[in-house]
Amino acid sequence: MTTTSDAPAAPLLAATGVTMRFGGLTAVRAVDLTVHPHQIVGLIGPNGAGKTTFFNCLTGLYTPTEGTVTYRGTRLPPKPHLVTTAGIARTFQNIRLFANMTVLENVLVGRHTRTKEGLLAALLRGPRFHRAEKTSEERAMELLEFTGLANKRHHLARNLPYGEQRKLEIARALASEPGLLLLDEPTAGMNPHETRTTEQLVLAIREKGTAVLVIEHDMRFIFNLCDHVAVLVQGQKLVEGTPDTVQSDERVIAAYLGTPLENPPGDDTDPTGDAT
Amino acid sequence: MKPMTTPTPATPLIPLPLTIARALTTAGAALTALSTFLAWTWTKAFPGNLTVTGYPGGLQLLTLTGALLTLIQLLATWNTPGLRWLSPTRSHTPTTYLAAGTLATTWYTLIAISVQLGGLANLEPGGYLAAAAALLTLAGALALPFERRPTHAARTPLPPPRPLPAWAEILIIAAAFALALSVLTYGIGTAYGELFTGFLLLTGFATAALFAAGLITRLSALTHKHRNITVTAAFIAAAAFPLTQDTDEYTLIVVNILIFSTVALGLNVVVGLAGLLDLGYVAFLGVGAYTAALVSGSTASTLHIHFPFWAAVLTGAAASLVFGVVIGAPTLRLRGDYLAIVTLGFGEIFRITVGNLNGESGPSLTNGPNGIPNIPDLAIGNYNFGEKQKLGFITLNPFANYYLLMLLVTVLVVLVFSRAGNSRIGRAWIAIREDETAATAMGINGFRLKLLAFALGATLAGLAGTVQAHVAYTVVPEQYVFAGPVPPNSAFLLAAVILGGMGTITGPLLGAALLYLIPAKLQFLQDYQLLTFGIALILLMRFRPEGIIPNRRQQLEFHEPTTTATPPAPKAEAQTS
Repeated sequence: MTTTSDAPAAPLLAATGVTMRFGGLTAVRAVDLTVHPHQIVGLIGPNGAGKTTFFNCLTGLYTPTEGTVTYRGTRLPPKPHLVTTAGIARTFQNIRLFANMTVLENVLVGRHTRTKEGLLAALLRGPRFHRAEKTSEERAMELLEFTGLANKRHHLARNLPYGEQRKLEIARALASEPGLLLLDEPTAGMNPHETRTTEQLVLAIREKGTAVLVIEHDMRFIFNLCDHVAVLVQGQKLVEGTPDTVQSDERVIAAYLGTPLENPPGDDTDPTGDAT
Repeated sequence: MKPMTTPTPATPLIPLPLTIARALTTAGAALTALSTFLAWTWTKAFPGNLTVTGYPGGLQLLTLTGALLTLIQLLATWNTPGLRWLSPTRSHTPTTYLAAGTLATTWYTLIAISVQLGGLANLEPGGYLAAAAALLTLAGALALPFERRPTHAARTPLPPPRPLPAWAEILIIAAAFALALSVLTYGIGTAYGELFTGFLLLTGFATAALFAAGLITRLSALTHKHRNITVTAAFIAAAAFPLTQDTDEYTLIVVNILIFSTVALGLNVVVGLAGLLDLGYVAFLGVGAYTAALVSGSTASTLHIHFPFWAAVLTGAAASLVFGVVIGAPTLRLRGDYLAIVTLGFGEIFRITVGNLNGESGPSLTNGPNGIPNIPDLAIGNYNFGEKQKLGFITLNPFANYYLLMLLVTVLVVLVFSRAGNSRIGRAWIAIREDETAATAMGINGFRLKLLAFALGATLAGLAGTVQAHVAYTVVPEQYVFAGPVPPNSAFLLAAVILGGMGTITGPLLGAALLYLIPAKLQFLQDYQLLTFGIALILLMRFRPEGIIPNRRQQLEFHEPTTTATPPAPKAEAQTS
């Protein structure tokens, strides 16, 4: 189990030996990962490396076949809503907003775990209910200001442009007041300008005291932001360390680009065309 | 006020200069109105007596109303002083709709006369004149610049209304409710099927015209502003209905409509908010009704106990709640289609089980197919619902008593729906409907909240069932089928929710009223009822997928212009502040 050199305190999230098998296919094999408070940790790897599967194991969408995930020292139950209650929020690789709810309502749904008013309170509408609704709305508006969506609060989520939908998903996740935010390819499909804005947003989230674990293919994004990067290849953790270490590791380059062929194509001396 | 920028007019269907088109429409409408004072047929065999020259009768009155409305609407689009407020959009579309409505009503009348009495020979010259004049009006109206997508026209921002003092606005709301009540009362009171068909045709087109003219938008802005007054006005208008009736004949119909619409609203919690397709919902109504019947002290009840009304209501609602949880707990882990199939099965199981609990094929509880007859009238203290009651000047017939009781139940259900829907729980339901995986990732316990919606829906249906048992005096298993000629049944309940508008309050109420009245009034439909509803639903899904009364959210969903438009909500806020 590698610990990062700049780790100041007890880990926020600790995954140990997480393995996920689907029948005969092992999508994630014995992955260890720790995230410390105030860290931005990147998770990279080629397509199909098992990054999203690993995320789903962390957030309870999948129950890992083996291994444990602890958050602030307590083991996480394999139920998504309990994971969110514990303090881990996530976004999805393919945007999953509540498309037919307004922007504000989307963020209010994110507040679900931080409010308690049940059906009876809603029917009786006591002063406490009104207070809780007001607080929720204020908090949601703060987050919309933070992500720059405040003036679109009454739009339907489905009508937002792509980049803003991504931002809204982040705002919705932040509404659950997480200690750790998991972002699954937050800049996929964005233009360079939008990507830079998202970078700023992620840094601002860290400023607010939330640690971030991010899956991303945009290497510039990863190496600009992350304190720590882990590389996942074919379900296994290949390398882990500071961006510089990872960037210069030959195995990472090989995983992404492949190794040079010993017999380049067109060379008829070896008909098997043996490539790695 | 600055003149409204008209929405880009499409080319009219009939190319004519504008002045000629206007003149044609005006002349046609006036002529149609005049023709209703002539005799349309020479025999009194057709109901409504259309043989009198000098004053209109029966269906002629509808044609007259249609023609006059067309005329008024056309004048309003011309900026006629005093009528301008009738056409905020300044669009010609409402005129076209009204002309089409008049044409439909008139031609329907004439065709009905010819078909029923055997041939065109039964028409008087007045009838021919009416047919020609109505056609002329529509031809003229079609030559007017026509807005092809009226929903868009209605959504282009209207010019701000002239500021009115608060009392005037309240008066307008009151007048609108009085108008709605009288139209509805007229519809319920139509004495024969032909008149009801004519009424349905005209009101259908007139409603479309109201939307296109922007009057509905104006009115909803007002009701939004004076929310409490609107709710009170709606309640008073509804409570005033029995006072307009001398006999119980139509009050019974309205009680049944209320029961039907209340159950539809309960189903709307399950389907509209939480997105759970429940095809066996009527079973919960049955549970409530059977429970109330068993504890009503009926001689046929196998339990010889007589609960006071409040206890019976609580027992009925509680029994439905228990059934809801028992059915929901194992099935709500299923999603989508599977849930629909399981609930469909449950609905049938309920009916068959109740039919078998007769002491022979099962324990003796429900008298099997014979049901529980002779359910006594309700009595709260000395107030017996089954007798005429005098309160001051007001005499309330038996069904008027039940009507007022049912109205209270409806108000309660409306309150529960609106309060639950607009809360943390309601948002969680909608989130589950939208994307269950994302909802659980937001910390929502999907199963628990779905069970809550299911149980709440069941409780509300059970509540309505307790009253239904007393109104119908008897409960039999065949009342609670999946699809049948008499509403409420599961298919009709779902149709009422979808037809009216999912996730709204007024939608299911209106949908249920229509689905109850149409088969009750149009006896000849009996055999083709399900066919007709199938076709009607398909047409509705094609042309107005959000239902008659769209949810604000769904209206945005289905009719959003391609660019992100300015949302209506901030405007409404500005008006309230």
